This record gives sequence, C-alpha cells and structure tokens, in this order.
Amino acid sequence: MNLRPFLAAALIAFSASSQAVTLKWGAQNDILTLDLHSQNHATTNGILQHTYEGLVRYTRDFAVEPCLAASWQLISPTQYRFNLRKNVKFHDGTPFTADDVVFSYHRILQPQGTMQIYVAGVKEVRKIDDYTVDLILGGPSPILLRNLVDFRIMSRAWAVKNKSENVQNYVAKEESYASRNTNGTGPYLIKLWEPDKRLVMQANPNWWGKLDGNVTEVIYTPIKADATRVAALLSGDVDIVTDLPTQDVTRLRNDPKLKVLDGHEVRTIFIGLDQHNSELLYSNVKGKNPFKDIRVRKALNLAVDREAIKRVTMRGLSIPAAIMVAPGVHGHSPDIDKVSPVDAEGARKLLAEAGYPNGFEFGLDCPNNRYVNDEEICQALVGMWARVGLKAKLNAQPMATFIQKIQKFDHAAYMLGWGVATFDGLYTLQSLVRTKTTGADGSFNLGRISDAKLDALIDALKTETDVKKRDGILREVLVATRDNYYYVPLHHQLRPWAMKKNVSTVHKADDRPESRFARID
Amino acid sequence: MAADAGWLRRALGHDLAWSFRHSPVTILAAFLTLVCVGAALFAPWIAPHNPFDSATLNLNDGFTPPAWTEKGSAKYLLGTDDQGRDVLSTIMYGSRISLGIGLAAVLFSLILGVTLGLLSGYLGGRLDAIIMRVADVQLSFPAILIALLVDGVARVALPRETHDDIAIPVLIFSIGVAGWVQYARTVRGSTLVEKNKEYVQAARVIGRHPTAIMLRHVLPNVTGPVLVIATIHIATAIITEATLSFLGVGVPPTQPSLGTLVRIGNDFLISGEWWITVFPGAALVVLVLSVNLLGDWLRDALNPKLR
Repeated sequence: MNLRPFLAAALIAFSASSQAVTLKWGAQNDILTLDLHSQNHATTNGILQHTYEGLVRYTRDFAVEPCLAASWQLISPTQYRFNLRKNVKFHDGTPFTADDVVFSYHRILQPQGTMQIYVAGVKEVRKIDDYTVDLILGGPSPILLRNLVDFRIMSRAWAVKNKSENVQNYVAKEESYASRNTNGTGPYLIKLWEPDKRLVMQANPNWWGKLDGNVTEVIYTPIKADATRVAALLSGDVDIVTDLPTQDVTRLRNDPKLKVLDGHEVRTIFIGLDQHNSELLYSNVKGKNPFKDIRVRKALNLAVDREAIKRVTMRGLSIPAAIMVAPGVHGHSPDIDKVSPVDAEGARKLLAEAGYPNGFEFGLDCPNNRYVNDEEICQALVGMWARVGLKAKLNAQPMATFIQKIQKFDHAAYMLGWGVATFDGLYTLQSLVRTKTTGADGSFNLGRISDAKLDALIDALKTETDVKKRDGILREVLVATRDNYYYVPLHHQLRPWAMKKNVSTVHKADDRPESRFARID
Repeated sequence: MAADAGWLRRALGHDLAWSFRHSPVTILAAFLTLVCVGAALFAPWIAPHNPFDSATLNLNDGFTPPAWTEKGSAKYLLGTDDQGRDVLSTIMYGSRISLGIGLAAVLFSLILGVTLGLLSGYLGGRLDAIIMRVADVQLSFPAILIALLVDGVARVALPRETHDDIAIPVLIFSIGVAGWVQYARTVRGSTLVEKNKEYVQAARVIGRHPTAIMLRHVLPNVTGPVLVIATIHIATAIITEATLSFLGVGVPPTQPSLGTLVRIGNDFLISGEWWITVFPGAALVVLVLSVNLLGDWLRDALNPKLR
C-alpha cells in the first residue's frame, strides 16, 4: 500500500491549518437566528455584521464610511443617491446589484421582523441602474446614514432560489432556509452554527475589502454561566471574552497572561414607570396612579444611591446616570448628566406631601439574564426604596418572558436598558419619550409617557438639519425628560473585554466586537 | 401484639439508650443536629439580622469579609453577601427552609410509601403487582432525576406568576414522590410476614374491617424499619433540595435555602469572596452529616442481627 498520497495530503492539511489564525471568542448569549432581517437583538446583529454588509458601515471611531455603497450624494434634502460598489460578489458567487438593495428594503419592512427602525424615514428605494439606487425620504433626515448601518443586504437571487423571500416569523417559531444559512458579501462566511454550542466563521477569500487584522477563523462559543466563562479564559480555552462578570474584572486585570480592554457601552439602564393607567397595577393604592405625581417620581429618584450600586454591585464598572443617554451618544454632555446625591429624608418628605406618608406597594419587573447584574441591581433598589417606605415587590424573570409581559403594559415599574445603535440621542427619545404610536414613535415607551410639548420637539429633531439648532433642541428634551422625572435613570454600563495578551482588537461602544479588527500575534 | 409493643418500649428504654451513651460519634452528631435545628427553629429571635427585611439592608455593607479578617466588621461575624445581607443570618434562615422542606418531603414520602406498602402487602393480587412494578420502574431512575422531572412539569403546567409562591410545595411534592419506593417495599415485606401471623388471622375471624386491621394491627409492627429509613431519608431529602436549588430549579432567591445560598455565592468564588458560598456549604455538610450519622446509628441499634 502506498502511503505517500496520504502523507502528502496530511502535510498539506497541516501546513494549511498552521497558517489559519483562529480567534476563540466566548460570550454569554447565543444569537437568535441567522435571518438578518428578523430580530433586532444586539448579539445577533453583532455576529451577522461579520457576514452581511450594509450600504455604509462604522469605522473604528464610529464615523460612517462607505461599504457596499462606494459613494453617495444628496440630490435634494429628501433624495439620497447611492453609487454601489462594483465587482462585489455574494458568498455563493452571484454579483451584488441594485436589485438586491431594493429587495432587502422590502424584506426588512415586513411586519414579522423587528428591524424596520433601520430604514425609518425612507419612503422608497428606487433603482436607477444596476449600480445606482435612490433613497426617497419622507422628510429631511439628519441621521439617515447612521440608521442605515444596520440595514444589511441579502441576495435576491439566493432568497428566491431558497424560498426565503419572507422574513422568518421568529415569535411563531418559524424556521426558513435563511434562518439556518447565510449568504452575504461580508469579510467572514458562517460555516457552521450549532445553537447554544458554537458558531464557526471563516475569512472570505473573495471579500472586496481588506482585513485590518489577521484572523482567518472565528469560533464563537456562548457560555451562559459567569464562572464557567471566566474559567474558560483563565484556562486558555478561549482567546477573548465579552460579557465579563463585574466581580471577576479585577482578578483578570491582575493576571499576567491576560489584558483587559476598557470601554463604555452606549447603553443606559433605567427604571420605567407606568404613567398612563388611572389605577396603578400591582399596587395597594386603589383608584389612582401615584406615578402620575411628579413628587412621587422625584422621590423614587432621590432614594436611589447610584454611587453604592456603582461601588458594590457594579464594582466600579458603571457611570451613574441622570439623563437617558450615555457618553458617546450625540446629545450627551457631562454638565447635564450630574447625579444628585441620595436624599432619603427629602424623598420621604415628598411622598408625605403627595399623600403617601407611609409609602405604598408596587410591583417591579426585572430581567435576570440581560443586563450586567440586572437582578442584583433590582434587589438593591428594593432595599433603597424600602428605606423611604416604598415596598417594591420584585419579579425577576428571564428576558424572553419579561419582555412579553412589559410590552403588554402589564406592569407598574420595570427595568430596561437602552442601547443606541445610531449614536444619536433621537434614537432614545423617539423610542422612550415620544407618545406611543404603532410605529417607531414611542416603540418602547412602555410607561406610556405623553408630553405634547416634548412630542413636538422630538418630531422637530427628526427633520431639523441645522446642526446647532438641532443640538439645542436635543439638549432641551434630554433636560426636560430628566427634570420631569419621567424615568429613573440608574447608570451607563461600562463593558470591558478580557483577552489573552497576544490578542488585540478595537473596543466598540456598541459592545459588538468586529473580528476584522482583531489580531493574534 | 402486646408482646411486640413491649419489644419496642424495651428497646427505646434500654438498648437504644445504652448504645447511644457508648457511641461518642453519635453524641456529637446529636449535639450538632440539635444546634442546627435550634438555630433554624429560633432564627427570627436569635439571628443577628433579619436578611429579608429590605429596609434594614445597606448596600454599602456589601461584600464585607468575615469578622476575623483584616477588612471584617464585628457587626457581621461571617461577612455579608452581594446585597449586604449578613451571611450568618442567611444561613440560619436558610436552614429553616432546608430543614422544613426536608422534613415535609420525608413525611410526604412516608405517608405515601407506607400506605401503598400496606395496601400492596395486605391486599396482594393485581394491586400488589401494579404498585410493585411501578416501584421497580421508579427504582431504576435516580431520585434527583425524578424530582427534576416533576419540578419541570410543574413549572410548565403552572402559570409563571405563581412560581415563586408555590415553589416550596412543588419541591416538597417532587422530592417526596421521588422517595416513596423504599418505604413501600419495606412495609410490604413486613406486612407479608405479619398478615399470616395468628393475631391478624384472629382479628380477621372476629370480623374487623380490613382497614382497621391494617392500621391498628399490622402498622404498629412495621414501624421500626420505617423510622430508620425516614431518618436517613431526611439527610437525602435535604441534599436533593440543595442540589435542585443549586441548579436553579429549587426555591427562589427571595427565600433562599442553603442550596440557593451556595449557588448565589458560587458566582463570587473566582473573585475571592469565598465566604458567601463556603459558609452555607459548610453548614449544609454539618447538618446532613450529623443527621446521617444519627440515622446510621439508629439502624444499627434497631437491627437485632447486628447485636
């Protein structure tokens, strides 16, 4: 028997694998689906951006740069012309053209998906020729390009061939070819996805762009348990870990084999309050809603010791918040984000003035697997409010159950975190403060705050193109939201990532590592 | 019958006391059990803090190490957890839950197992065959698996909002159901022996109802082995509850048992706050070990063949 061909093959395989640079990445959650237009979920978007691209993308510093569009110009305030990049091929070899952009626009708008906000304000996508599309807007949109980053393009031919023209209906547990397979234009191909086990990506040899790093293979492993995830990094099973448990950061910092990349996330954690029902749910106050009284809302704010949460629960990994947007979001300014010191006496006095000298009871809904230490923070809040006489009854549940409950307005108070994908304060204000409609306006205004004056200002923000004037309005709305105590902002999250010494990458404030920036030396 | 009751009284009054006095390990175990049970029973009066009164908690005291370490505070002997709760007090309150669930589950198993065993042994026939085959099938699964199964089904079947309120009854039921087989088989064996004895036949001849015969005549004579099983089972039940709670399917963190406390503390082990998990773990070991030693001793003392 001649072994030579086998040996040669083995040698080739060996040399090929020795050239592959593999980044093993451990994180808390798995993605929900591979269908890029189905779920607006940070982890899912973070993985899919490796394989599907949009017309524009962010640079390392979150400036907008050309991606599948090579350039663009404003024809009128409501018409953008995008010149598409030529000679770009999808992973299956079909060429990328204007048809794919038009197709993807109609696909992302389908109601069973949750990604429509990324084409908000776009009325129509018009094909001019194979490599030119026009976006027709409903009105001027100062933040259109930032919105479009997460509007990613799927091949029309591939979707038609595999009967995946329709977005997967995730809530109805539907599966489609596109929810299990990918075909993008991006720097990495998704080779394998075993849900809750691992996801393997390989560098796309035919990508139009050039990797900033040298990683040719990425193995993404979701590891739910905090201690296990950290142990995997300490033992060298993974190269980089995101979603670090706060209590372990100090230890990882002191480990000579590891380094910690610090950075904040553009996400603000807050408590929302029902200000719509005439009788508060889950409360012993009957016949009225105490949260409609600004004095009660102010008392809730004054009773919270944000510094203690930062020091003990978050181990320093938070920035106490007074306004609803984090540093790094356009509109944030340190002078309006100053937290007033905790004042239990003042809170008690305000409650007495409002007619609740002995406080009252209310339900507090919390997720227990979404934000950093979410349940622990809620437990701490229960204690802080108890000291001024307010009895919060905590109901901590997994995100999937929690989010369904609060989206039905079946709550008195709830914890939520709001990340800003567009890096502009309008995204937060439009979703959380604008009076609720069926569309993007007030989409997560679950306390159903309704303030006509702020509504008018928020609507003005959408179309105001004079930067100075717009910044003034943005500041005014942020301050008014704070001074009306519509929410109880807690903190802005800090999200360090830990990795082996030989790994380098760029910390991203949207908490989505991009492997094209990663290097292993 | 009178002769048999006399045997029990003699054993308790004489042999048991003798063997207890001559076994230092048993005395120590009994002492530790008493301490644990006492601490659990009187927790609301003797615990230094009430960990479940949120208004008294101070987050700023969170993660205080035990009193004898450098940064410790005399206020918190065994340190505090992530919410500033006193670890010693949470252990006391936690043992209450652990012991309560353990005892209730054993009681449930015992009633279920003894009833089925009596029926099976006394009535025989098809009922006996069915009960014993079910027992055989259940014996081929580990108890923890059955408890997990029952617990899982209950969680799906019942609405989510009620989970926290009914967590403890569900746990008692699932651990109880997982443990009845031993009782049933032991009682059935003894019943088979007893039912052919003359006093039972005599009772039958004078026309007593079968229920009365089972309860008044057979039952008192099969209680010895049941007591032994029950004592050892308490330790097993506490461990099963702790395991379920450690896995996160047991009691909710708002009413933590020892197992829940170990699970919560586990998150802080790598970061060096060892006391949050080690002390509840140690309390669990001491409690289970001493109950188990007592059970072993009782088994040996009551077994005439070992004498």
